Amino acid sequence: MAKVLMKGNEAMALAAIKAGADAFYGYPITPQNELPEYMSKHMKEHGRVFLQSESEVAAINMIYGAAGAGARVITSSSSPGIALKQEGISYMAGAELPAVIVNVMRGGPGLGGIQPSQGDYKQITRGGGNGDYYLYSLAPESLQEAVDLIKESFDIADYFRNPVMIAVDGLIGQMMEPVDFELETPKWDLPKKTWATDGNQKGRDKNIINSLYLDPNDLEKHDLKLKKKYDEMKRDHQRYELINMDKADIAIVAFGSTARVCRTSIQLLEEEGINCGMIRPITIYPFPSKAFDEIPKSVKDLLVVEMNTGQMIDDVKIVNEGKLPIHFYGRSGGIVPEAEEIVEKVKEIMGGE
Amino acid sequence: MAKTKTIYEKSNGLSDAHLSYCPGCTHGIIHKLVAECLVELDVLDRTIGISSVGCSALNYDFFSCDMQQAAHGRAPAVATGIKRVKPDSIVFTYQGDGDLASIGIAEAIHAAHRGENVTIVFVNNAIYGMTGGQMAPTTLIGQKTTTSPDGREEAHSGLPLKISEMMATIPGATYIERVSVHNPKHVIKAKKALKKAFEIQKNKQGFTLIEFISTCPVNWGMKPKDAVDWAVDNMIPYYPLGVFKDKTNEEAN
Repeated sequence: MAKVLMKGNEAMALAAIKAGADAFYGYPITPQNELPEYMSKHMKEHGRVFLQSESEVAAINMIYGAAGAGARVITSSSSPGIALKQEGISYMAGAELPAVIVNVMRGGPGLGGIQPSQGDYKQITRGGGNGDYYLYSLAPESLQEAVDLIKESFDIADYFRNPVMIAVDGLIGQMMEPVDFELETPKWDLPKKTWATDGNQKGRDKNIINSLYLDPNDLEKHDLKLKKKYDEMKRDHQRYELINMDKADIAIVAFGSTARVCRTSIQLLEEEGINCGMIRPITIYPFPSKAFDEIPKSVKDLLVVEMNTGQMIDDVKIVNEGKLPIHFYGRSGGIVPEAEEIVEKVKEIMGGE
Repeated sequence: MAKTKTIYEKSNGLSDAHLSYCPGCTHGIIHKLVAECLVELDVLDRTIGISSVGCSALNYDFFSCDMQQAAHGRAPAVATGIKRVKPDSIVFTYQGDGDLASIGIAEAIHAAHRGENVTIVFVNNAIYGMTGGQMAPTTLIGQKTTTSPDGREEAHSGLPLKISEMMATIPGATYIERVSVHNPKHVIKAKKALKKAFEIQKNKQGFTLIEFISTCPVNWGMKPKDAVDWAVDNMIPYYPLGVFKDKTNEEAN
C-alpha cells in the first residue's frame, strides 16, 4: 500500500485499529486529543468500542475491566493524565492485564505546558505507580516507527500479560509524515486468554481478575512471578539502534524525537570531520544495556541528550559502570533542541580533551 | 428412618469459601440475595461481578461467577469497561459507602449519567468497616467513629450524604431503590428490589442501583441485635426506604 500523509496522533489511532483494538477509553488532554477524536469516529465504523470517560482515573479502570474481560484495549493521554492513570496501571500490572497506553508527553511538573517533552522518562521507566512492576516501554522516533510499534505492542502486551507504554512526545503526536500501514510487523505466539472474565462461564471454572494477596507469602510469590517477566524483557527483548558507531570518537545517547534531531547533528559534525555516533534506545524499559556492550574502543565520551533536565542519564550511568565520561545536554519546558546546539556541545566536549 | 427433604440450601451463586465478615454483619444476607437473584434469572454463567475495596474486597471468592477486583471506588468504571465490550453479560458492582459515596462518587455518578447497563449493589453501614471504623460521608450526625471521636458534627463535616436521593436526580439512571435487611419482611422486599434491578439490566434498560441499609456491630460498638435496632431507629429515619427513581414505570405511564 502507498504511504499516507497523516498526523502522528491520528496515525497511532489507525495503527491501533489495524492491530485489532476492541476498545478505546480515554479523556481529553493536549497534545494527544486527535487520537481519541480519530477513535471516536472510526472505532464505531469497525463495530468496536469508543468511550470518553469522566476522568483519566475512570479511563484506566475501564481499560482494566475490558482487558480483564479479554478484549484488546488501548488508552492514550499526556503526562499529567498518565500520572492520574498510575493507580490503574499498577493494578493492571498486579492483576496481569494487557493493554496499550500511549503517552504523548508534554512539559511538567504539575500542569507544566503543552509543548513536547521527555519529562516522563522516570514516570514511564520506574513503573510509575505503587509496587514492584514495570511497563514494556517503546519510544519511537518517527511516525512510521510509532505505527509499526503500536501494531506489535498489542501482541507484546498479550504475551507478557502486562501493559505496554508507547512513549512519544508532543512533536510526534502533532507532526505529519508519510506512513505505510501495511508493513509487516512481528507476530507473537499468543496463548488463548483462558484467564479472562469474559461473561461466558459455560464449561469452565470461574475466573478472577485480582491484584490482592493478603498473605505475605502469596504476595511475595506473586511479585517474584512478575519479576520473571521483567527479567525476560531485559534478557530477550531489549531494542535499540546503533548509528554511525563504527569509528565514532564520541557517542550520543538519545531516544524519540531527540534522537531524530541528533541524527542531523551527527551529519553536521561529519561535515566538519568529527566522528559522532549514537545509541538510540527503542525500549526505554527495558533499558538497552546490551547496546553499551557494543561500544567500540574509539569512543571516548558519551553525551546524553534529552528533552528534560536529565533523567535517562541515570540509566546510562548504571550501564556505563564508570567506564566512560558521561556528559549531558538537555532542553526542557517544551523546547526542542536544535541540531546546532548539540553540535556545539559535542565540539565543546571534544575540544576540552 | 424418616425421609428427609431439602427445604433450604445455599444458593449455587455462592461458592463454598468461608465469608470473611464479622458476626452480625448484614453482608452475608446481601450476598445471598445477589446470588439467588442471579440464579433465579438464569444469568449466573454470564455474570461478571466486581469487588470493591472495603469489607467486601474479598468477595471475588464468595460468588461463584466470574469476578474482578477493582481499585478503591473504581468499580463502576471497571463495570463500564467490561459491559461495553461484553454487552450481553450481566455486570454488577458490590460497593460499600466509603468506596462509593466517598472516593468513588465520580465513577458512580458518571456510570449512572451514561446510563451504563449495570447494577450497583450499594451497602451503606454509615462507617468505614475494613479500615477500623472511620467516619464516612454517610456517618450520621452525632455518630462516634475513630475519626469523629466526639460524634460527627455538621459544622465540621456537613450533613450525611443521601446517595439514592442524589443518584435519582441523574437523568441517565433507570432504577434507584433503598432497602433494608433488618428483618425477614424487609429481606424479602430487598430481594424483590434487587431482582427487579437485575431484570432491568437483563432487558438492557439501563443503570440500576440498590442501596442496602446495613449494620456494622463491631465498629459501631454494639451487639448485633442492638446494631439492628440502631439502624432501624437512626438510619432508616434519615435514609428512608423506597423507590427513588423508576424509569421503567415512568415509561409505562
